[in-house]
Amino acid sequence: MKSLLIKNGRIIDPSQGLDVQGNLLVEAGKITGLCDDTATADEVIDATGLIVSPGFIDLHVSLCEPGFEEDETIETGTAAALAGGVTSLGCLPNTAPVVDDRSSAEFILLQAARASNCHVFPLGAVTKNNEGKELAEIGQLVAGQAVGFTDADKPIENAEIMRCALEYTRMFDRPILNRPQVSELTEKGQMHEGFHSTVLGLKGIPAAAEEIMVNRDIALAELTRGRIHLMCVSTQNSVAQIRRAKAAGIQVTADVTPHHLTLTDQMLETYDPNYKVLPPLRSQEHIDALIEGLKDGTIDVICSDHTPHAAEKKTDEILGADFGIIGLETLLPVCLQSLITPGHLSWSELISKLTVGPARILGLAKGTLASGADADITLINPDIRYVLERNLIKSSSHNTPFLGKELQGRAEVVIVSGEVRYRADN
Amino acid sequence: MNIDHEYRTDISRGWNRKHILGLQDLSRDELNIILNQASEFKRLANIGETKLTPLAGTVVANLFFEPSTRTRISFGLAAKRLSADTVDFTASGSSLSKGESFVDTAKTIEAMGVSYVVVRHKTPGAPQLLAQHLDANILNAGDGTHEHPTQALLDIFTIREHFGKIGGLTVTLVGDILHSRVARSNIWGLKKLGAHVIVCGPTTLIPNDIEALGVEVSNSLDDVIERTDCLNLLRIQFERQRGHYFPSIREYAHLFGMNKQRINRAKEDVLILAPGPINRGVEITPDVADGPHSVILGQVSNGLIIRMACLYLLHLQRIASLGTAG
Repeated sequence: MKSLLIKNGRIIDPSQGLDVQGNLLVEAGKITGLCDDTATADEVIDATGLIVSPGFIDLHVSLCEPGFEEDETIETGTAAALAGGVTSLGCLPNTAPVVDDRSSAEFILLQAARASNCHVFPLGAVTKNNEGKELAEIGQLVAGQAVGFTDADKPIENAEIMRCALEYTRMFDRPILNRPQVSELTEKGQMHEGFHSTVLGLKGIPAAAEEIMVNRDIALAELTRGRIHLMCVSTQNSVAQIRRAKAAGIQVTADVTPHHLTLTDQMLETYDPNYKVLPPLRSQEHIDALIEGLKDGTIDVICSDHTPHAAEKKTDEILGADFGIIGLETLLPVCLQSLITPGHLSWSELISKLTVGPARILGLAKGTLASGADADITLINPDIRYVLERNLIKSSSHNTPFLGKELQGRAEVVIVSGEVRYRADN
Repeated sequence: MNIDHEYRTDISRGWNRKHILGLQDLSRDELNIILNQASEFKRLANIGETKLTPLAGTVVANLFFEPSTRTRISFGLAAKRLSADTVDFTASGSSLSKGESFVDTAKTIEAMGVSYVVVRHKTPGAPQLLAQHLDANILNAGDGTHEHPTQALLDIFTIREHFGKIGGLTVTLVGDILHSRVARSNIWGLKKLGAHVIVCGPTTLIPNDIEALGVEVSNSLDDVIERTDCLNLLRIQFERQRGHYFPSIREYAHLFGMNKQRINRAKEDVLILAPGPINRGVEITPDVADGPHSVILGQVSNGLIIRMACLYLLHLQRIASLGTAG
């Protein structure tokens, strides 16, 4: 394997508290370490003006294979991940069949190896067929390299099942990832319940639909001493509850998406289904609380919640459109727009949410540029401006509200296991 | 494309909208243009000029993706009164049941030479969607729980006809505000024209944030009836409900039904409107529905001329945009 020398970059590695201008050497797929100008390698990458970061880790992504290949495949989804600077991702089990046994987890790994883009870590189902009734074969899934458990976009509604899952997964030190939503309050809902839902005549989803289940999950995590990870939190009160739980020593973590930090429920005024996501886009006061939660460490991770849909599922009337947007390729620029430019987070803090945070939750030995670590590296161009055109998108779906918008920042070069796997088109 | 210039008056000056998608977007002046144009059509009808010719040679498509009787017939007749050819579409038995998308169905119909599309759909925003994808002028005939502009315009026209004004009146909308497109359109229109609007109903049927639209909220019809000039009794939309917004129809009628006792406490010239279809004995007792304060059937007649006015104004815009206006 060729050695790589990345020269003259701004090297930011939150795992080591590092933010220096310098050179980084990669040999045999591993990080060798910082080096001076005399070092040599088979390939030299000039990183002048670029940030050298550990490769991003996206905690939960829909790759849609098997079962929904019209939306995305593991090959196209991982290509999109690379284009977004993501070198590792957790793959949601919202597939058909559901990843609820060892062989299905191994299928994911096989297809990811064939695609040879980024690392893919299967997330196993908590319950058989994601039905919320009986625990899946969690131990078998761990043997099949599942790194965490979730019923994906289906909240685990039965509190007794959730209690058992949290207790059972303690044996394997794996987290349960849950979408906090009380379905009785989200049923037929299209958007955040508030002024705009009233004006638009769309049934609203109240913030309480999330907050009630956040409260329940925290109580069960305390009861069981299990690890609960709350996916895509979106409300002010959710952040406050998580903050209190962490202060009390309960094992709770949380993530937020870039679009929930940037877009408000007012965007639905156009009835564009590309603003229809779950949880729904909220109001500015919720956004402000989420940003506070990121700043003080209440929210551990930013993840794309990449949810591709084929065009026919997202282009017609809003009631019939599926929830969710793609996000891998806009992860970095939207974070830059919502967090770096306004000065809410430093680059080191942002990169920490994209690397150290998710690695710790999934128990991955990744998200670091420390000597001996796997050489998964993202070179960020923080200044470049461009319009997100369809032909730039690697995902096979295009359901994003950022299409046609000007963005700033992108992954310029992405290295996985010491190999350059992606270079941005000039 | 021809136009009978005798119908063109200064009334339409200032109208340049391509679509009528809702009253939220329309200005006070635009609302008055529609109302005044409707008055002109009513004047012509009253002197026996019921068959006009400005839309001769054009095609109006009535696309009804949701059941409707009075609105569909009213739009159909309005188009015929203006001498347009009409195409009627109902969703049942259509290509939609074969999986064709809403937009593709509409585009297919448009390709048959349609210039004006009247659309009713269960999905809020469906007319906006057509406006993005079709060249035709779009007229919203009710989109889910969002807006029903022509119903609100005919309500407002009827109120103005009775009182000679809108500004300064207190109009109370009673009932299921949460699920009512009629309420939303009425609020936009009435507020812009200077009315004080009260929304009145059980707490479960009034959206939390509705005060932000500048309306007063009441949960007691008895508290507001004495200062109300006009009551608009919205239908309880049993088909849109989950069934637990109030304990029983009997209790609803007890608290919010319009009956003789309440009429006796109301202003002498109080006006009773209902968008219909009415549930007799629920929102309104039969004696009140058929009584002297009720203008429910007058609303239906006015609906026809309001829809004629809307189609006609869209036609003027279309001609102007094609650069062939005289």
